[in-house]
Amino acid sequence: MKVLVAVKRVVDYNVKVRVKADGSGVETTNVKFSMNPFDEIAVEEAVRLKEAGKAQEIVVVSIGPAQAQETLRAALAMGADRAILIQTDEAVEPLAVAKLIAAIAKREEIGLAILGKQAIDDDSNQTGQMLAALLGWPQGTFASKLALEEGRAVVTREIDGGLETVSLALPAVVTTDLRLNTPRYASLPNIMKAKKKPLETTFAVDLDVDIAPRLVTLKVEEPPKRKAGVKVADAATLVDKLKNEAKVI
Amino acid sequence: MATYKAPLRDMRFVLYELHDGAALSSLPGLEDMTPELFDPVLEEAAKVCEEVLFPLNRSGDEEGCQFENGVVRTPKGFIEAYKTFREGGWTSITADPAYGGQGIPNIVNVLITEMICSANLSFGLYPGLTQGACKALVAHGSDELKERYMPKLVEGTWSGTMCLTEPHCGTDLGLCRTKAVPNDDGTYRLSGTKIFISAGEHDLTENIIHFVLARLPDAPPGIKGISLFLVPKFLPNADGTPGKRNGVSCGAIEHKMGIKASATCVLNFDEATAWLVGSPHKGMRSMFTMMNEERLAVGLQGLGLAEVSYQGAVAYARERLQGRSLSGAKYPDKPADPIIVHPDVRRMLLSMRAAAEGCRALGAWVGQAVDIAAHTDDPKAKQEAEDFVALMTPIVKALFTDYGFETANHGVQVMGGHGYIREHGMEQYVRDARIAQVYEGTNGVQALDLVGRKLGAHMGRNLRSFFHPVAEFIQSRSDNPALSRYVDPLTKAFVRLQQATGQIAKVGLKRPEEAGAAATEYLRLFGLVALAYQWARMAEVSLKKLEEKTGEDDFYRAKLATGAFFMDRVLPQTGALFSSIMAGGSTMIEFPEAAF
Ligand SMILES: Cc1cc2nc3c(=O)[nH]c(=O)nc-3n(C[C@H](O)[C@H](O)[C@H](O)COP(=O)(O)OP(=O)(O)OC[C@H]3O[C@@H](n4cnc5c(N)ncnc54)[C@H](O)[C@@H]3O)c2cc1C
Repeated sequence: MKVLVAVKRVVDYNVKVRVKADGSGVETTNVKFSMNPFDEIAVEEAVRLKEAGKAQEIVVVSIGPAQAQETLRAALAMGADRAILIQTDEAVEPLAVAKLIAAIAKREEIGLAILGKQAIDDDSNQTGQMLAALLGWPQGTFASKLALEEGRAVVTREIDGGLETVSLALPAVVTTDLRLNTPRYASLPNIMKAKKKPLETTFAVDLDVDIAPRLVTLKVEEPPKRKAGVKVADAATLVDKLKNEAKVI
Repeated sequence: MATYKAPLRDMRFVLYELHDGAALSSLPGLEDMTPELFDPVLEEAAKVCEEVLFPLNRSGDEEGCQFENGVVRTPKGFIEAYKTFREGGWTSITADPAYGGQGIPNIVNVLITEMICSANLSFGLYPGLTQGACKALVAHGSDELKERYMPKLVEGTWSGTMCLTEPHCGTDLGLCRTKAVPNDDGTYRLSGTKIFISAGEHDLTENIIHFVLARLPDAPPGIKGISLFLVPKFLPNADGTPGKRNGVSCGAIEHKMGIKASATCVLNFDEATAWLVGSPHKGMRSMFTMMNEERLAVGLQGLGLAEVSYQGAVAYARERLQGRSLSGAKYPDKPADPIIVHPDVRRMLLSMRAAAEGCRALGAWVGQAVDIAAHTDDPKAKQEAEDFVALMTPIVKALFTDYGFETANHGVQVMGGHGYIREHGMEQYVRDARIAQVYEGTNGVQALDLVGRKLGAHMGRNLRSFFHPVAEFIQSRSDNPALSRYVDPLTKAFVRLQQATGQIAKVGLKRPEEAGAAATEYLRLFGLVALAYQWARMAEVSLKKLEEKTGEDDFYRAKLATGAFFMDRVLPQTGALFSSIMAGGSTMIEFPEAAF
């Protein structure tokens, strides 16, 4: 079985993001980028499946600028077999991404697609779900455990208030949650090998997908600064304030 | 406030912008070594250092190593961390691909070594010594020894040590008493006691391979009668697995000031089976291959601690609120200004930063020369690179480790009383940094090596490998007003270095003691000029990048400002050093011994 893993190049989680002066987005020049952490978990899971003999080939796909090659190489260094970059300098929305991945999934006859549950830059949490819908495949989102058995994927999902286990007929889409695994460190020999693994670059037009944005960003601004707290005299005042000012109880 | 993020941006600056590391791939054998490889390698190394090694630094210091019945246990977490480290291939960074190594250029290894030392110096010593051992084995060992030991050492399942020191024999290795007697089968029986052996015994690898200095029965006295032997803890079976225990055991571990998670061992050799490495009585030559490598690496220990201490100090100085800026409150909404506003705190922070960034640039330059020496097919370039490495080795060792200690000390001072408290992690850097000035040849002995051996060697040829490029740089930049802020002070200091060199050559010939008396000051003077040259070059690169409008103005402006601080506030020390050197050593040499 072939496993597809989608990886996104995002502003590194350690970077304190700043809004651009003109309010059109966040500052990305000279900022450190790395692989979306949920996608790292997805790559790790695919590599484990391969190591366990349950998957034969891992294809990683990224949609983004030329620099996203670095992100793909990072996935190759973790153990993926080959990479496809759908190159675009435009910002792509979840629907466009899902369509592009769906096109690759069909072309490559993928048996299982693993995606991060969301990307830490826009936090959309939509691509996996849209991909499943477009392909007509079952989906197991927020996976904290994944087991493959006889043509099915058994996915333990993190839901409000507990865990839910679903059994999906393959091919299927799985999106990863934090507890699914701890991604490995890429080894030095594998980083060197990754340089030689195949990396194909293609474009949305080649896949016949329209990636024109459906949404317009009006303005991006910093969240309001937190105001200083106040000290209250006693519990009664606190309750009163919570009821009448904050209106939370 | 211990915190560590690998300074990757500055490392890339040094690697690509200052030293043109991208050009390495034009050297024979390094064709695959390109920035597309270096970048992910450095990033992954940073991750391992920040996430695996750094979190064990303080706990390792608190717990230390435990010794019981000849067995050494490393602190909690070290076994797992070593496994991650080894499986990641980090034990084999520069090793020859023929033995399973990665063949990564030394200039990149210099940067990775710095990260390891910043993150956890004690941990770094275990795999660190193995790298030196491999170099000695490759250079001098028989094919049979190489085939048997190299793959395991490179892979990190076995580790190496270097056993020189004995109770009565430290700097003066000619006093070595450990002896080796030939057996009929070509092996030797080695007996004696070695002390202070780093990583001499531990629980991280399945076998430990000791490289031991000892005397053969027919050895001439003194340093000319020393041979190098390989002594495995477990004798390898024919299939390469560790077999019977050899006659070497750990008698004790030392209780010491710092690097507490590194086991410093007394090793007793009792008719241990040993193999000769290299020729009889030529052990010092073989050992020097290992030692030169180690001396550069020890220098990087100083750099690593300078960097991590700086990071901790800056983080604290931004947050600690005490007093008001002398020019009026900078943060009127706060009860006081953060201490980072005070000039005296800035003096310390900038001293620390200038030391770390300057040493990083200089260390990488030497690292690059190691690569050129190893790979170029141009005999002249090879000779020059070798001369340069020989000249700079004692400087890197002593200058960087002195700065490591001075900087760590500043780090404590920036944090005031909190710097002195163990929980905050800053005093550990002072204790850990201290040993680097002592082992691998004390810094005093490095200075003697510079003055006594390196200056005069080949009629001053070593010296030219540094003096020529600096003189050429100064001359060709003399009409560049934008750069004169950096080149003028460099020129002044360089003239002092040239004069002091002439003076030492002159009086040292007549009275060697005079050269010995000037050695430490001279090494520091030399080191400061080498740093100044790097700072002037960094300034030149930064000015150019600002012109190119790369969008990283903050980075390059900070570089220029740090360089200006170095020129204004650090480099003038060369004036005082120069005066000391020129005053001569009679006050020391003639002081009556009885009066001490
Ligand atoms: C934690 C630790 C780890 C170590 N690890 C190792 C190891 O792995 N392997 C190993 O073999 N050794 C190791 N050593 C030993 C270390 O290399 C020696 O301690 C060091 O070389 C100095 O030797 P010494 O202690 O005998 O000092 P001495 O040689 O007695 O020197 C004492 C002082 O005299 C000065 N001095 C000595 N000779 C001269 C001279 N000719 N001219 C001018 N000044 C001189 C020295 O600079 C020093 O200041 C380690 C030591 C420590 C503390």
